Amino acid sequence: MTASIYGIIYAGVLVFVVASVLRAVRYAKLPAHLRWELYPVPHEEAERARHGGSYFEVPDWWTKPRKVNFAGELKVMIPEMLFLKALREFNRKLWYRSFVFHFGLYLLAGTIALLAVAALGTILLPSLLAGFVGAVLHTLYTATGLCGAVMAIIGAAGLLHDRLSDPNLKNYTAPGDIFNLAFFIAALGALAAGYLLRGPGGPGALALACGLLRFDTAIPVPGVLSAGLVLGALLVGYIPLTHMSHFIAKYFLYHNIRWDDLPTAQSAEIQRRFAGYLTFRPTWAARHIGADGARTWADIAATNPSVGAGK
Amino acid sequence: MKEAVKLGDMSRPGRTPLAHLENEDLMRLPPPLEDPSKYHNWTALAPHTREKYECGLDDTCALNLPQPQTKEEEAQLVAKFLSGLEKLFTRENNWTFLQPLLLTMEHCAKCQTCSEACHIYEASGRNELYRPTFRSEVLRRLYFQYVKHGGLLSSLQHGAIQLNWPLVARLAELSYRCNLCRRCAQTCPIGADNGLVAHELRKLFSQEMGIAAKELHDTGSMLQLKAGSSTGMNAEVVKDNIRFIDEDTSEKTGIQVETPWDVEGADILLIHNAGEILAWPENPGAFALILNAAGVKWTLSSELAGYDSINYGLWYDDAQFARVALKHAQAARKLGVRKIVLAECGHAHKALSVIADRVLLGDLSIPRESSMTLLRDIVMSGRLGLDPDRNDFPVTLHDPCNLVRLMGVVEPQREILRKICPRFREMEPHGVDNYCCGGGSGFAIMSGNNFPDWRFHVSGRKKLEQILNAFADCLDPSVPKYLCAPCSNCKGQFRDMLAYYNLWEKNRILYGGLVELIVNAMTDVRPGYIEWEWH
Ligand code: SF4
Ligand code: SF4
Repeated sequence: MTASIYGIIYAGVLVFVVASVLRAVRYAKLPAHLRWELYPVPHEEAERARHGGSYFEVPDWWTKPRKVNFAGELKVMIPEMLFLKALREFNRKLWYRSFVFHFGLYLLAGTIALLAVAALGTILLPSLLAGFVGAVLHTLYTATGLCGAVMAIIGAAGLLHDRLSDPNLKNYTAPGDIFNLAFFIAALGALAAGYLLRGPGGPGALALACGLLRFDTAIPVPGVLSAGLVLGALLVGYIPLTHMSHFIAKYFLYHNIRWDDLPTAQSAEIQRRFAGYLTFRPTWAARHIGADGARTWADIAATNPSVGAGK
Repeated sequence: MKEAVKLGDMSRPGRTPLAHLENEDLMRLPPPLEDPSKYHNWTALAPHTREKYECGLDDTCALNLPQPQTKEEEAQLVAKFLSGLEKLFTRENNWTFLQPLLLTMEHCAKCQTCSEACHIYEASGRNELYRPTFRSEVLRRLYFQYVKHGGLLSSLQHGAIQLNWPLVARLAELSYRCNLCRRCAQTCPIGADNGLVAHELRKLFSQEMGIAAKELHDTGSMLQLKAGSSTGMNAEVVKDNIRFIDEDTSEKTGIQVETPWDVEGADILLIHNAGEILAWPENPGAFALILNAAGVKWTLSSELAGYDSINYGLWYDDAQFARVALKHAQAARKLGVRKIVLAECGHAHKALSVIADRVLLGDLSIPRESSMTLLRDIVMSGRLGLDPDRNDFPVTLHDPCNLVRLMGVVEPQREILRKICPRFREMEPHGVDNYCCGGGSGFAIMSGNNFPDWRFHVSGRKKLEQILNAFADCLDPSVPKYLCAPCSNCKGQFRDMLAYYNLWEKNRILYGGLVELIVNAMTDVRPGYIEWEWH
């Protein structure tokens, strides 16, 4: 039984990592698109970023050194990642639920990291973890774990309530959206209940983490906790298979699209890539395009349809 | 209360429109337009239009898409749509925008945060059909069903929709109910972009099925590539017109103005939206006067499309876009100028400076600069004698989306106005948070059927509210007011919309460009460059 639970947890984590990496690689390998930035672009020089300006505001901008203000990006990215700043600004009602949900998940991610440290420490440096450090870690992962689970469940319940009752969301809610939120509530509910109700003989979080690392199947895992662990593992594996992997998409949507204002003339790499794309052979069928599967984008762009075959 | 349109309604057989708006449904406007019962009534679509064309979406019809005559024809059109849909998601056909499109398709959280940012949705009285996510969600469901070939599990996860001809016909129209202003995208917490979706849908229809608004394609980019300008002016005609403008400007200002043509090695190639030359000649006249007075070495080009910065392909077709952008760059290369300066046209700014940037390689990579930046430089340098008292009337500024939110040229025009217009006041919100004029993405030139009714009642409504609020303290007709719109398309929309609501006659709200205000303040020039006449 315990071995099966370990197996499912390993599989869940493996699927999460592999699917996330594959998704990120798939997006990264897409052709670089035409520029499509949206202002404000926060890595502009501070005085321009303040009003959303770009280097196009500078006379003969191409003759001036381009300074990229990474601190400006961080000033936007960190509050966005941690506190969902855009949602707070533009959709406060939803933010109350979504922030509680996401922050709960961050705390749970932190719990896993702390548990991993504690478990590795217990195995490799047992003397260090036996004392004060171990006690601090125990307090931390217990607190973040329970707070995280409670917040994520409350947030998910709030989001689910909205999905079911808000007429603005009705048109756009698929059964999958309901399922996803219910899945979070069920998995985290079972995990929290299983942990709290595990009884005196049940394993603590650290014991389970150590067991996982050592593949120690002698640890008895009570029923509800087993269900929580299995559901949690399945959820972890499921997330990157769905649109809930927007933590990956967001990187590309912000850095590669909204904020990509790199002038082509200043990047040999970009020039090389785009020269390559111009050799692609489209098959669009409208007559004015004049594509036949053999002509390249460069040929098509150089053709005047008002005087040629596409007239 | 009307029942909200559902996604599934898009496939509803027949041609009964899915949405109908009454004046009472629309967002309320401030004085003097606070009483909806006094608005124009909408012109109903003519019966023969409804009989001949696909008008099953709402009260208007932008495309005049002919109704197929047989079931077979319908099936063929649906099959064509499907093949276009697949191409939209392939590298060879759509490398230009595949990455942002795919990310938007796969990662919208359906939170509807973007809806409140959309002026069309708000102005329509929050009609579901005009929600930014409505058309995106239709495309998203089609993507998962027909491009990803998702089965039952996928349809449970993403939702399903029935693909048939009524849906395709309505989707084509719906792609022309968005100004492509991307205000919605600015508020999306994920970074998804519903404006892009409308853009990509238009591309699918144009590039695969040959369906586009005729004002953008036939009498737009095609005419430009044939005659040299979407106004139909060839090089000889445009030179003649500019000569007349030079004469008029010289006479009016007392300063001899001559526009240089095809000067090799000039510092600047200036490209106007050629619509200015016909509709607002005082704008190119003012440019010529300012650049000459500032001692700039500049020229116009008489090459094909070199004298018309319009690039309508930006709004519906990548191939047409690239063709015109190449023509602009080639005109500059031929003259060996140091830089191209874009005159007062927002979409031309973004088209050539931003969107074309990745494809103007090698010797076609000639730097592009905004006229706002150049003019700010000239005004601030003290090269012109300027008397702000000559502009002592209320002035507000419209931010063209393409120039501001989509290109980041925000402050130069404001610095000028703060210097030369003592009664300058901002609209709220402004800068990168501005609202579209309602004519964006080609609407300003689309006047078929009763489309203007929709344009002035719905897409332009939020901007109208902003203008009235900006002038709320001086609406009395004894005070002439100036709405500064440094963009030809926006001016076209303002000309038609202010006339529609009678705001010149009743409240003396005039619109115009930025250079006119500069010349109006120039001390060397006879007073009264701005004539306070409706045109
Ligand atoms: S586009 Fe963005 S803001 Fe709009 S519903 Fe999707 S995730 Fe929400
Ligand atoms: S791009 Fe502009 S008009 Fe189109 S949906 Fe978004 S906000 Fe509305």
